[in-house]
Amino acid sequence: MKGLRRAPQSLWVMLTVAALAGVMSLVSEPFASADNIFNISRNFAFIGLIALGQTAVIATGGIDLSVGSVMGLVGIVTGLVLASGQPLIVAAAAGLGCALLCGLVNGALVGYLRLSPFVVTLGMLSIARSLALVISNNRMIHDFGPDEELLLTLGGGRFLGVANPVWLLLVAALCAAAWFRYSRLARHVLAVGGNEDSTRLAGVPVARVKLTVYVLCSLLAGVSAILMVGWLGAVTNALGQNYELRVIASAVIGGANLMGGEGGAFGAVAGAALIELIRNSLLLLGVDPYWQGAFIGGSIIAAMLVERIRRTGRPGVA
Amino acid sequence: MLELRSIGMRFGAVEALQAVDLELAPGEVVGLMGDNGAGKSTLLKIVAGNFAPTSGEIRWDGQAVELTPLSAREHGIEAVYQDLALCDNLSATANVFLGRELHRRLFGILPVLDHGAMRNRSAELFDELGSDTRPDDLVRRMSGGQRQATALARARLSAPRLMLLDEPTAAISVRQIAEVLELIRSLRDQGVSVLLVSHRMSDVFAVADRVVVLRRGRKVADKASAESSPEEVTALITGAIEAA
Ligand SMILES: Nc1ncnc2c1ncn2[C@@H]1O[C@H](COP(=O)(O)OP(=O)(O)OP(=O)(O)O)[C@@H](O)[C@H]1O
Ligand SMILES: [Mg+2]
Repeated sequence: MKGLRRAPQSLWVMLTVAALAGVMSLVSEPFASADNIFNISRNFAFIGLIALGQTAVIATGGIDLSVGSVMGLVGIVTGLVLASGQPLIVAAAAGLGCALLCGLVNGALVGYLRLSPFVVTLGMLSIARSLALVISNNRMIHDFGPDEELLLTLGGGRFLGVANPVWLLLVAALCAAAWFRYSRLARHVLAVGGNEDSTRLAGVPVARVKLTVYVLCSLLAGVSAILMVGWLGAVTNALGQNYELRVIASAVIGGANLMGGEGGAFGAVAGAALIELIRNSLLLLGVDPYWQGAFIGGSIIAAMLVERIRRTGRPGVA
Repeated sequence: MLELRSIGMRFGAVEALQAVDLELAPGEVVGLMGDNGAGKSTLLKIVAGNFAPTSGEIRWDGQAVELTPLSAREHGIEAVYQDLALCDNLSATANVFLGRELHRRLFGILPVLDHGAMRNRSAELFDELGSDTRPDDLVRRMSGGQRQATALARARLSAPRLMLLDEPTAAISVRQIAEVLELIRSLRDQGVSVLLVSHRMSDVFAVADRVVVLRRGRKVADKASAESSPEEVTALITGAIEAA
Protein backbone atom coordinates (compact mmCIF):
# COMPACT_ATOMS: atom_id res chain seq x y z
CA MET A 1 0.00 0.00 0.00
CA LYS A 2 2.81 2.34 0.87
CA GLY A 3 4.46 1.60 -2.47
CA LEU A 4 1.22 2.30 -4.27
CA ARG A 5 0.76 5.57 -2.47
CA ARG A 6 4.19 6.67 -3.52
CA ALA A 7 3.64 5.87 -7.19
CA PRO A 8 3.42 9.18 -9.03
CA GLN A 9 -0.04 10.39 -9.80
CA SER A 10 0.84 10.63 -13.51
CA LEU A 11 1.16 6.83 -13.56
CA TRP A 12 -2.30 6.40 -12.09
CA VAL A 13 -3.77 8.80 -14.57
CA MET A 14 -2.09 7.02 -17.49
CA LEU A 15 -3.48 3.70 -16.25
CA THR A 16 -6.93 5.28 -16.02
CA VAL A 17 -6.57 6.62 -19.55
CA ALA A 18 -5.59 3.16 -20.80
CA ALA A 19 -8.46 1.48 -18.95
CA LEU A 20 -11.03 3.99 -20.16
CA ALA A 21 -9.75 3.72 -23.72
CA GLY A 22 -9.99 -0.06 -23.47
CA VAL A 23 -13.58 0.02 -22.26
CA MET A 24 -14.56 2.62 -24.86
CA SER A 25 -13.13 0.65 -27.74
CA LEU A 26 -15.32 -2.27 -26.64
CA VAL A 27 -18.58 -0.37 -26.20
CA SER A 28 -18.25 2.15 -29.01
CA GLU A 29 -17.49 1.20 -32.60
CA PRO A 30 -16.26 4.63 -33.77
CA PHE A 31 -14.05 5.22 -30.73
CA ALA A 32 -11.03 3.27 -31.95
CA SER A 33 -11.27 4.59 -35.51
CA ALA A 34 -8.16 6.31 -36.78
CA ASP A 35 -10.07 9.55 -37.23
CA ASN A 36 -11.35 9.64 -33.69
CA ILE A 37 -7.96 8.85 -32.16
CA PHE A 38 -6.44 11.55 -34.34
CA ASN A 39 -9.03 14.05 -33.13
CA ILE A 40 -8.64 13.19 -29.48
CA SER A 41 -4.87 13.47 -29.63
CA ARG A 42 -4.96 16.78 -31.46
CA ASN A 43 -7.56 18.29 -29.15
CA PHE A 44 -5.69 17.32 -26.06
CA ALA A 45 -2.43 18.66 -27.45
CA PHE A 46 -3.77 22.23 -27.30
CA ILE A 47 -4.76 21.75 -23.67
CA GLY A 48 -1.72 19.71 -22.69
CA LEU A 49 0.68 22.35 -23.92
CA ILE A 50 -0.84 25.00 -21.68
CA ALA A 51 -1.22 22.53 -18.81
CA LEU A 52 2.60 22.25 -18.77
CA GLY A 53 2.84 25.95 -17.98
CA GLN A 54 -0.13 25.86 -15.64
CA THR A 55 1.55 23.04 -13.71
CA ALA A 56 4.60 25.22 -13.10
CA VAL A 57 2.37 28.06 -11.92
CA ILE A 58 0.37 25.78 -9.63
CA ALA A 59 3.60 24.28 -8.28
CA THR A 60 4.55 27.72 -6.94
CA GLY A 61 1.25 27.76 -5.08
CA GLY A 62 -0.33 30.08 -7.65
CA ILE A 63 -2.92 29.70 -10.38
CA ASP A 64 -3.38 31.26 -13.81
CA LEU A 65 -7.05 31.75 -14.65
CA SER A 66 -6.28 33.96 -17.63
CA VAL A 67 -4.95 31.35 -20.08
CA GLY A 68 -8.20 30.99 -22.03
CA SER A 69 -8.55 34.74 -22.53
CA VAL A 70 -4.88 35.06 -23.46
CA MET A 71 -5.57 32.46 -26.16
CA GLY A 72 -8.39 34.63 -27.47
CA LEU A 73 -6.25 37.77 -27.52
CA VAL A 74 -3.28 36.03 -29.17
CA GLY A 75 -5.54 34.37 -31.74
CA ILE A 76 -7.15 37.67 -32.73
CA VAL A 77 -3.89 39.64 -32.85
CA THR A 78 -2.11 36.95 -34.86
CA GLY A 79 -5.08 36.66 -37.19
CA LEU A 80 -5.33 40.40 -37.79
CA VAL A 81 -1.63 40.82 -38.47
CA LEU A 82 -1.76 37.92 -40.92
CA ALA A 83 -4.84 39.38 -42.57
CA SER A 84 -2.99 42.65 -43.03
CA GLY A 85 -0.59 40.75 -45.30
CA GLN A 86 2.32 40.22 -42.92
CA PRO A 87 4.19 36.91 -42.90
CA LEU A 88 3.40 34.33 -40.21
CA ILE A 89 6.64 34.94 -38.36
CA VAL A 90 5.69 38.59 -37.79
CA ALA A 91 2.12 37.75 -36.87
CA ALA A 92 3.20 35.05 -34.42
CA ALA A 93 5.71 37.44 -32.87
CA ALA A 94 2.95 40.02 -32.42
CA GLY A 95 0.63 37.42 -30.89
CA LEU A 96 3.28 36.02 -28.58
CA GLY A 97 4.28 39.56 -27.67
CA CYS A 98 0.76 40.05 -26.30
CA ALA A 99 1.03 36.76 -24.40
CA LEU A 100 4.37 37.88 -22.99
CA LEU A 101 2.82 41.13 -21.81
CA CYS A 102 -0.09 39.40 -20.11
CA GLY A 103 2.35 37.02 -18.43
CA LEU A 104 4.58 39.87 -17.30
CA VAL A 105 1.67 41.77 -15.80
CA ASN A 106 0.36 38.66 -14.02
CA GLY A 107 3.80 37.68 -12.80
CA ALA A 108 4.84 41.15 -11.69
CA LEU A 109 1.64 41.71 -9.71
CA VAL A 110 1.80 38.29 -8.10
CA GLY A 111 5.56 38.13 -7.63
CA TYR A 112 6.67 41.65 -6.82
CA LEU A 113 3.50 43.21 -5.42
CA ARG A 114 2.41 39.93 -3.79
CA LEU A 115 -1.19 40.21 -4.87
CA SER A 116 -3.36 37.11 -4.80
CA PRO A 117 -2.82 35.04 -7.97
CA PHE A 118 -6.50 34.20 -8.06
CA VAL A 119 -7.58 37.82 -8.17
CA VAL A 120 -4.83 39.05 -10.48
CA THR A 121 -5.39 36.38 -13.12
CA LEU A 122 -9.16 36.64 -12.78
CA GLY A 123 -8.73 40.30 -13.65
CA MET A 124 -6.50 39.37 -16.59
CA LEU A 125 -9.10 36.85 -17.73
CA SER A 126 -11.53 39.71 -18.10
CA ILE A 127 -9.03 42.23 -19.52
CA ALA A 128 -7.54 39.98 -22.21
CA ARG A 129 -10.97 38.80 -23.38
CA SER A 130 -12.21 42.35 -23.52
CA LEU A 131 -9.14 43.43 -25.51
CA ALA A 132 -9.78 40.59 -27.95
CA LEU A 133 -13.31 41.92 -28.42
CA VAL A 134 -12.16 45.50 -28.86
CA ILE A 135 -9.39 44.64 -31.31
CA SER A 136 -11.49 42.26 -33.38
CA ASN A 137 -14.56 44.47 -33.17
CA ASN A 138 -16.42 41.19 -32.75
CA ARG A 139 -15.62 40.07 -36.30
CA MET A 140 -14.55 36.63 -37.37
CA ILE A 141 -11.19 36.50 -39.16
CA HIS A 142 -10.75 33.78 -41.74
CA ASP A 143 -8.60 35.37 -44.43
CA PHE A 144 -5.02 34.99 -43.29
CA GLY A 145 -3.14 36.58 -46.16
CA PRO A 146 -0.14 35.16 -48.02
CA ASP A 147 0.95 32.79 -45.21
CA GLU A 148 -2.50 31.25 -44.80
CA GLU A 149 -1.40 27.89 -46.17
CA LEU A 150 1.54 27.73 -43.78
CA LEU A 151 -0.67 28.56 -40.79
CA LEU A 152 -3.27 25.96 -41.72
CA THR A 153 -0.58 23.29 -42.20
CA LEU A 154 1.12 24.14 -38.95
CA GLY A 155 -2.01 23.78 -36.85
CA GLY A 156 -4.12 21.43 -38.93
CA GLY A 157 -1.58 19.26 -40.73
CA ARG A 158 0.00 15.99 -39.82
CA PHE A 159 3.42 14.37 -39.93
CA LEU A 160 3.80 10.58 -40.03
CA GLY A 161 0.09 10.32 -39.37
CA VAL A 162 0.23 12.31 -36.17
CA ALA A 163 -1.21 15.82 -35.87
CA ASN A 164 1.42 18.55 -35.77
CA PRO A 165 0.29 19.99 -32.42
CA VAL A 166 0.76 16.52 -30.92
CA TRP A 167 4.38 16.47 -32.07
CA LEU A 168 4.90 19.84 -30.50
CA LEU A 169 3.31 18.67 -27.27
CA LEU A 170 5.58 15.63 -27.27
CA VAL A 171 8.71 17.74 -27.64
CA ALA A 172 7.46 20.29 -25.11
CA ALA A 173 6.59 17.59 -22.57
CA LEU A 174 10.04 16.01 -22.84
CA CYS A 175 11.69 19.40 -22.45
CA ALA A 176 9.44 20.20 -19.51
CA ALA A 177 10.20 16.86 -17.85
CA ALA A 178 13.93 17.50 -18.18
CA TRP A 179 13.37 21.04 -16.95
CA PHE A 180 11.54 19.85 -13.83
CA ARG A 181 14.31 17.41 -13.01
CA TYR A 182 17.45 19.24 -14.01
CA SER A 183 16.94 22.98 -13.82
CA ARG A 184 17.63 25.15 -10.85
CA LEU A 185 14.62 27.29 -11.68
CA ALA A 186 12.25 24.33 -11.47
CA ARG A 187 13.79 23.34 -8.16
CA HIS A 188 13.07 26.86 -6.94
CA VAL A 189 9.54 26.68 -8.31
CA LEU A 190 8.85 23.63 -6.14
CA ALA A 191 10.63 25.22 -3.18
CA VAL A 192 8.49 28.38 -3.41
CA GLY A 193 5.38 26.22 -3.44
CA GLY A 194 6.64 24.21 -0.48
CA ASN A 195 7.66 27.06 1.81
CA GLU A 196 7.83 30.49 0.29
CA ASP A 197 9.33 32.22 3.33
CA SER A 198 12.06 29.69 3.79
CA THR A 199 12.91 29.86 0.11
CA ARG A 200 13.22 33.61 0.39
CA LEU A 201 15.43 33.21 3.46
CA ALA A 202 17.64 30.88 1.44
CA GLY A 203 18.33 33.77 -0.91
CA VAL A 204 16.21 32.56 -3.83
CA PRO A 205 14.71 35.48 -5.82
CA VAL A 206 11.14 34.36 -5.19
CA ALA A 207 9.48 37.20 -7.09
CA ARG A 208 11.54 36.49 -10.19
CA VAL A 209 10.73 32.79 -10.00
CA LYS A 210 7.02 33.62 -9.94
CA LEU A 211 7.32 36.13 -12.75
CA THR A 212 8.99 33.49 -14.89
CA VAL A 213 6.31 30.83 -14.44
CA TYR A 214 3.47 33.22 -15.27
CA VAL A 215 5.32 34.35 -18.39
CA LEU A 216 5.98 30.74 -19.44
CA CYS A 217 2.36 29.80 -18.89
CA SER A 218 1.10 32.76 -20.92
CA LEU A 219 3.52 32.07 -23.76
CA LEU A 220 2.42 28.44 -23.94
CA ALA A 221 -1.19 29.62 -24.09
CA GLY A 222 -0.13 31.87 -26.97
CA VAL A 223 1.59 29.09 -28.90
CA SER A 224 -1.42 26.85 -28.38
CA ALA A 225 -3.74 29.60 -29.64
CA ILE A 226 -1.77 30.11 -32.85
CA LEU A 227 -1.81 26.38 -33.61
CA MET A 228 -5.49 26.27 -32.84
CA VAL A 229 -6.25 29.08 -35.25
CA GLY A 230 -4.36 27.09 -37.87
CA TRP A 231 -6.47 24.05 -37.14
CA LEU A 232 -9.80 25.90 -37.09
CA GLY A 233 -8.96 28.00 -40.15
CA ALA A 234 -10.72 30.96 -38.56
CA VAL A 235 -10.68 32.89 -35.33
CA THR A 236 -13.19 34.79 -33.24
CA ASN A 237 -12.68 36.57 -29.96
CA ALA A 238 -14.27 33.56 -28.25
CA LEU A 239 -11.20 31.41 -28.95
CA GLY A 240 -10.17 29.55 -25.82
CA GLN A 241 -13.26 30.51 -23.85
CA ASN A 242 -13.55 28.36 -20.70
CA TYR A 243 -10.24 26.66 -21.51
CA GLU A 244 -8.78 27.76 -18.20
CA LEU A 245 -10.99 25.22 -16.53
CA ARG A 246 -9.83 22.34 -18.72
CA VAL A 247 -6.21 23.40 -18.38
CA ILE A 248 -6.39 23.66 -14.60
CA ALA A 249 -8.28 20.39 -14.42
CA SER A 250 -5.55 18.71 -16.49
CA ALA A 251 -2.79 20.01 -14.25
CA VAL A 252 -4.60 19.11 -11.05
CA ILE A 253 -5.65 15.66 -12.23
CA GLY A 254 -2.04 15.13 -13.29
CA GLY A 255 -0.85 15.69 -9.72
CA ALA A 256 -0.16 19.40 -9.50
CA ASN A 257 -1.02 20.32 -5.93
CA LEU A 258 -3.11 23.49 -5.66
CA MET A 259 -1.41 24.14 -2.31
CA GLY A 260 1.89 24.30 -4.20
CA GLY A 261 5.09 22.31 -4.14
CA GLU A 262 4.12 19.42 -6.38
CA GLY A 263 3.66 18.84 -10.06
CA GLY A 264 5.33 17.30 -13.07
CA ALA A 265 5.32 17.39 -16.86
CA PHE A 266 3.98 13.91 -17.52
CA GLY A 267 1.18 14.44 -15.05
CA ALA A 268 0.02 17.51 -16.92
CA VAL A 269 -0.04 15.68 -20.24
CA ALA A 270 -1.71 12.60 -18.77
CA GLY A 271 -4.30 14.83 -17.11
CA ALA A 272 -5.05 16.58 -20.38
CA ALA A 273 -5.38 13.22 -22.12
CA LEU A 274 -7.82 11.99 -19.51
CA ILE A 275 -9.99 15.10 -19.74
CA GLU A 276 -10.17 14.92 -23.51
CA LEU A 277 -10.86 11.20 -23.40
CA ILE A 278 -13.74 11.72 -20.99
CA ARG A 279 -15.15 14.50 -23.18
CA ASN A 280 -14.89 12.34 -26.26
CA SER A 281 -16.41 9.32 -24.54
CA LEU A 282 -19.38 11.30 -23.31
CA LEU A 283 -20.02 12.56 -26.84
CA LEU A 284 -19.76 9.09 -28.35
CA LEU A 285 -22.03 7.67 -25.68
CA GLY A 286 -24.61 10.24 -26.67
CA VAL A 287 -24.50 12.32 -23.49
CA ASP A 288 -25.74 15.85 -24.06
CA PRO A 289 -22.63 18.09 -24.49
CA TYR A 290 -24.19 20.53 -22.03
CA TRP A 291 -23.08 18.11 -19.34
CA GLN A 292 -19.38 18.55 -20.12
CA GLY A 293 -18.86 21.45 -17.76
CA ALA A 294 -20.30 19.42 -14.91
CA PHE A 295 -17.92 16.56 -15.61
CA ILE A 296 -14.84 18.75 -15.89
CA GLY A 297 -15.70 20.74 -12.78
CA GLY A 298 -16.52 17.56 -10.91
CA SER A 299 -13.25 15.98 -11.94
CA ILE A 300 -11.21 18.90 -10.53
CA ILE A 301 -12.91 18.50 -7.18
CA ALA A 302 -12.62 14.71 -7.30
CA ALA A 303 -8.91 14.90 -8.14
CA MET A 304 -8.28 17.07 -5.11
CA LEU A 305 -10.16 14.67 -2.87
CA VAL A 306 -8.32 11.64 -4.24
CA GLU A 307 -5.02 13.45 -3.70
CA ARG A 308 -5.95 14.25 -0.11
CA ILE A 309 -7.03 10.69 0.58
CA ARG A 310 -3.89 9.30 -1.00
CA ARG A 311 -1.78 11.46 1.26
CA THR A 312 -3.60 11.40 4.57
CA GLY A 313 -5.86 8.40 4.25
CA ARG A 314 -9.04 10.44 4.70
CA PRO A 315 -10.98 13.13 2.89
CA GLY A 316 -11.07 15.70 5.73
CA VAL A 317 -8.25 17.55 7.39
CA ALA A 318 -6.92 15.62 10.40
CA MET B 1 34.45 40.72 13.63
CA LEU B 2 30.77 41.64 14.03
CA GLU B 3 29.80 44.89 15.67
CA LEU B 4 26.24 46.13 16.19
CA ARG B 5 25.89 49.76 17.17
CA SER B 6 22.72 51.10 18.69
CA ILE B 7 20.45 48.86 16.65
CA GLY B 8 16.75 49.71 16.75
CA MET B 9 13.90 47.88 15.07
CA ARG B 10 10.32 49.01 14.89
CA PHE B 11 7.37 47.06 13.50
CA GLY B 12 4.63 49.66 13.29
CA ALA B 13 3.87 50.48 16.91
CA VAL B 14 6.01 47.67 18.29
CA GLU B 15 9.57 48.54 19.26
CA ALA B 16 11.15 45.14 18.98
CA LEU B 17 14.69 46.42 19.60
CA GLN B 18 16.04 49.64 21.12
CA ALA B 19 19.65 50.80 21.01
CA VAL B 20 21.22 47.35 21.16
CA ASP B 21 25.02 47.15 21.02
CA LEU B 22 26.75 43.83 20.51
CA GLU B 23 30.23 42.65 19.58
CA LEU B 24 31.36 39.22 18.51
CA ALA B 25 34.97 38.05 18.12
CA PRO B 26 36.12 35.15 15.92
CA GLY B 27 35.57 31.81 17.63
CA GLU B 28 33.39 33.33 20.30
CA VAL B 29 30.14 31.70 21.39
CA VAL B 30 27.56 34.16 22.67
CA GLY B 31 24.32 33.02 24.25
CA LEU B 32 21.41 35.39 23.63
CA MET B 33 18.62 35.05 26.16
CA GLY B 34 15.34 36.73 26.93
CA ASP B 35 11.66 36.12 27.45
CA ASN B 36 9.18 35.46 24.62
CA GLY B 37 8.95 38.54 22.46
CA ALA B 38 12.12 40.07 23.90
CA GLY B 39 13.49 40.57 20.37
CA LYS B 40 15.98 37.71 20.09
CA SER B 41 14.79 36.39 16.75
CA THR B 42 14.48 39.91 15.42
CA LEU B 43 18.11 40.66 16.29
CA LEU B 44 19.19 37.43 14.67
CA LYS B 45 17.28 38.16 11.51
CA ILE B 46 18.88 41.59 11.30
CA VAL B 47 22.32 40.03 11.43
CA ALA B 48 21.23 37.47 8.82
CA GLY B 49 20.13 40.32 6.55
CA ASN B 50 16.43 39.44 6.58
CA PHE B 51 15.39 42.70 8.22
CA ALA B 52 17.07 46.05 7.74
CA PRO B 53 17.21 47.72 11.17
CA THR B 54 15.23 50.97 11.45
CA SER B 55 18.19 52.60 13.17
CA GLY B 56 21.79 51.87 14.08
CA GLU B 57 24.78 50.50 12.26
CA ILE B 58 26.18 47.06 11.50
CA ARG B 59 29.93 46.69 11.07
CA TRP B 60 31.60 43.62 9.68
CA ASP B 61 35.39 43.35 9.85
CA GLY B 62 35.44 47.04 10.73
CA GLN B 63 33.39 48.14 7.72
CA ALA B 64 29.85 49.50 7.90
CA VAL B 65 27.65 47.13 5.90
CA GLU B 66 24.04 46.86 4.79
CA LEU B 67 23.09 43.24 5.00
CA THR B 68 20.74 41.34 2.71
CA PRO B 69 20.29 37.56 2.90
CA LEU B 70 22.70 37.19 -0.02
CA SER B 71 25.35 39.64 1.16
CA ALA B 72 25.21 38.16 4.68
CA ARG B 73 25.97 34.79 3.18
CA GLU B 74 28.79 36.22 1.12
CA HIS B 75 30.29 37.60 4.33
CA GLY B 76 30.12 34.12 5.80
CA ILE B 77 27.05 34.58 8.00
CA GLU B 78 24.70 31.59 8.10
CA ALA B 79 21.48 31.23 10.03
CA VAL B 80 19.37 28.37 11.32
CA TYR B 81 15.94 29.70 12.18
CA GLN B 82 13.63 28.87 15.02
CA ASP B 83 10.93 27.57 12.70
CA LEU B 84 13.67 25.75 10.78
CA ALA B 85 12.58 27.23 7.47
CA LEU B 86 12.71 24.03 5.47
CA CYS B 87 10.67 23.05 2.44
CA ASP B 88 8.59 20.06 3.54
CA ASN B 89 8.00 18.90 0.00
CA LEU B 90 11.67 18.61 -0.92
CA SER B 91 14.39 16.14 0.01
CA ALA B 92 17.05 16.74 2.65
CA THR B 93 19.61 17.32 -0.09
CA ALA B 94 17.41 19.79 -1.95
CA ASN B 95 16.98 21.75 1.27
CA VAL B 96 20.68 21.72 2.10
CA PHE B 97 21.50 23.14 -1.33
CA LEU B 98 18.46 25.42 -1.72
CA GLY B 99 19.63 28.58 -3.46
CA ARG B 100 23.13 27.16 -3.89
CA GLU B 101 22.51 24.20 -6.14
CA LEU B 102 25.49 22.53 -7.77
CA HIS B 103 25.61 22.25 -11.53
CA ARG B 104 27.38 20.19 -14.07
CA ARG B 105 27.53 21.00 -17.75
CA LEU B 106 25.77 18.74 -20.16
CA PHE B 107 27.62 18.51 -23.49
CA GLY B 108 29.99 21.09 -22.07
CA ILE B 109 27.43 23.88 -22.20
CA LEU B 110 23.98 23.21 -20.80
CA PRO B 111 23.97 23.66 -17.01
CA VAL B 112 21.97 20.96 -15.23
CA LEU B 113 21.56 20.17 -11.55
CA ASP B 114 24.27 17.80 -10.35
CA HIS B 115 22.09 15.51 -8.25
CA GLY B 116 24.91 13.04 -7.55
CA ALA B 117 27.39 15.60 -6.25
CA MET B 118 24.76 17.28 -4.08
CA ARG B 119 23.64 13.96 -2.62
CA ASN B 120 27.24 12.96 -1.81
CA ARG B 121 28.07 16.27 -0.22
CA SER B 122 24.96 16.30 1.95
CA ALA B 123 25.62 12.70 2.99
CA GLU B 124 29.08 13.85 4.12
CA LEU B 125 27.60 16.75 6.05
CA PHE B 126 25.12 14.46 7.81
CA ASP B 127 27.98 12.13 8.68
CA GLU B 128 29.96 14.98 10.19
CA LEU B 129 26.93 15.94 12.23
CA GLY B 130 26.55 12.34 13.36
CA SER B 131 23.00 12.34 12.04
CA ASP B 132 21.13 9.40 10.57
CA THR B 133 19.34 11.67 8.08
CA ARG B 134 19.21 10.13 4.61
CA PRO B 135 19.92 12.61 1.81
CA ASP B 136 16.95 11.52 -0.32
CA ASP B 137 14.32 11.57 2.42
CA LEU B 138 11.57 14.14 2.16
CA VAL B 139 11.58 16.62 5.03
CA ARG B 140 7.85 15.90 5.48
CA ARG B 141 8.72 12.40 6.69
CA MET B 142 11.55 13.39 9.04
CA SER B 143 11.86 13.47 12.82
CA GLY B 144 12.55 16.73 14.63
CA GLY B 145 16.20 15.82 15.03
CA GLN B 146 16.59 15.03 11.36
CA ARG B 147 15.05 18.36 10.45
CA GLN B 148 17.45 20.10 12.79
CA ALA B 149 20.34 18.25 11.19
CA THR B 150 19.13 19.28 7.75
CA ALA B 151 18.98 22.93 8.78
CA LEU B 152 22.43 22.70 10.35
CA ALA B 153 23.89 20.92 7.34
CA ARG B 154 22.57 23.70 5.15
CA ALA B 155 24.26 26.29 7.35
CA ARG B 156 27.50 24.31 7.38
CA LEU B 157 27.62 23.97 3.62
CA SER B 158 29.66 27.06 2.98
CA ALA B 159 32.06 26.85 5.96
CA PRO B 160 30.66 30.03 7.56
CA ARG B 161 32.50 32.44 9.87
CA LEU B 162 29.46 33.27 11.95
CA MET B 163 26.65 30.87 12.68
CA LEU B 164 23.33 32.19 13.98
CA LEU B 165 21.28 29.56 15.77
CA ASP B 166 17.71 30.31 16.88
CA GLU B 167 16.53 27.76 19.43
CA PRO B 168 18.44 24.86 17.86
CA THR B 169 17.56 22.58 20.75
CA ALA B 170 13.87 23.37 21.08
CA ALA B 171 12.45 20.59 18.93
CA ILE B 172 14.75 17.66 19.59
CA SER B 173 15.48 14.81 21.98
CA VAL B 174 17.93 14.93 24.88
CA ARG B 175 20.50 12.82 23.06
CA GLN B 176 20.29 15.12 20.05
CA ILE B 177 20.64 18.18 22.26
CA ALA B 178 24.00 16.85 23.42
CA GLU B 179 24.96 16.38 19.77
CA VAL B 180 24.01 19.92 18.83
CA LEU B 181 25.98 21.31 21.78
CA GLU B 182 28.94 19.20 20.72
CA LEU B 183 28.62 20.60 17.23
CA ILE B 184 28.64 24.16 18.58
CA ARG B 185 31.88 23.42 20.44
CA SER B 186 33.47 21.94 17.35
CA LEU B 187 32.44 25.02 15.36
CA ARG B 188 34.10 27.22 17.96
CA ASP B 189 37.25 25.11 17.83
CA GLN B 190 37.37 25.73 14.08
CA GLY B 191 37.26 29.46 14.73
CA VAL B 192 33.58 29.90 13.84
CA SER B 193 31.64 32.39 15.94
CA VAL B 194 28.23 31.37 17.17
CA LEU B 195 25.31 33.50 18.25
CA LEU B 196 23.03 31.11 20.09
CA VAL B 197 19.46 32.00 20.98
CA SER B 198 18.01 29.65 23.54
CA HIS B 199 15.50 29.40 26.33
CA ARG B 200 17.43 26.54 27.87
CA MET B 201 19.71 27.98 30.51
CA SER B 202 21.73 24.76 30.72
CA ASP B 203 22.54 24.83 27.00
CA VAL B 204 23.74 28.40 27.14
CA PHE B 205 25.92 27.87 30.17
CA ALA B 206 27.29 24.66 28.67
CA VAL B 207 28.69 26.26 25.53
CA ALA B 208 28.60 30.06 25.67
CA ASP B 209 31.62 32.22 26.49
CA ARG B 210 29.36 35.19 27.03
CA VAL B 211 25.73 35.70 27.92
CA VAL B 212 23.65 38.57 26.57
CA VAL B 213 20.18 39.20 27.96
CA LEU B 214 17.44 41.14 26.18
CA ARG B 215 14.36 42.41 27.95
CA ARG B 216 11.62 44.09 25.94
CA GLY B 217 14.00 44.99 23.19
CA ARG B 218 16.76 46.39 25.38
CA LYS B 219 20.06 44.80 26.26
CA VAL B 220 20.17 44.46 30.05
CA ALA B 221 23.28 42.30 30.45
CA ASP B 222 26.39 41.31 28.53
CA LYS B 223 28.98 39.42 30.54
CA ALA B 224 31.26 36.39 30.56
CA SER B 225 29.24 33.34 31.44
CA ALA B 226 31.89 32.33 33.98
CA GLU B 227 31.07 35.52 35.90
CA SER B 228 27.35 35.01 35.82
CA SER B 229 24.99 32.28 36.93
CA PRO B 230 21.69 30.77 35.82
CA GLU B 231 20.04 32.43 38.81
CA GLU B 232 21.30 35.87 37.85
CA VAL B 233 20.28 35.43 34.23
CA THR B 234 16.81 34.25 35.22
CA ALA B 235 16.43 37.35 37.36
CA LEU B 236 17.59 39.53 34.48
CA ILE B 237 15.17 37.93 32.05
CA THR B 238 12.19 38.42 34.33
CA GLY B 239 13.24 41.87 35.43
CA ALA B 240 13.84 40.94 39.07
CA ILE B 241 17.27 42.49 38.53
CA GLU B 242 17.24 45.62 36.35
CA ALA B 243 20.63 45.20 34.70
CA ALA B 244 24.05 43.65 35.17
N1 LIG C 1 7.68 40.54 11.12
C1 LIG C 1 7.18 41.14 12.21
N2 LIG C 1 6.18 42.04 12.09
C2 LIG C 1 5.67 42.65 13.18
N3 LIG C 1 6.07 42.44 14.43
C3 LIG C 1 7.08 41.55 14.63
C4 LIG C 1 7.67 40.85 13.52
N4 LIG C 1 8.62 40.04 14.01
C5 LIG C 1 8.62 40.21 15.35
N5 LIG C 1 7.70 41.12 15.72
C6 LIG C 1 7.45 41.59 17.10
O1 LIG C 1 8.68 41.94 17.65
C7 LIG C 1 8.77 41.54 19.00
C8 LIG C 1 10.00 40.67 19.20
O2 LIG C 1 9.80 39.42 18.54
P1 LIG C 1 10.91 38.29 18.43
O3 LIG C 1 10.39 37.26 17.52
O4 LIG C 1 12.21 38.90 18.08
O5 LIG C 1 10.97 37.75 19.91
P2 LIG C 1 11.80 36.51 20.48
O6 LIG C 1 12.64 37.08 21.55
O7 LIG C 1 12.47 35.79 19.40
O8 LIG C 1 10.66 35.65 21.14
P3 LIG C 1 10.50 34.04 21.20
O9 LIG C 1 11.23 33.62 22.40
O10 LIG C 1 9.02 33.87 21.37
O11 LIG C 1 11.02 33.47 19.93
C9 LIG C 1 7.46 40.83 19.31
O12 LIG C 1 6.61 41.75 19.94
C10 LIG C 1 6.92 40.48 17.97
O13 LIG C 1 5.52 40.45 17.98
MG1 LIG D 1 12.22 33.87 18.57
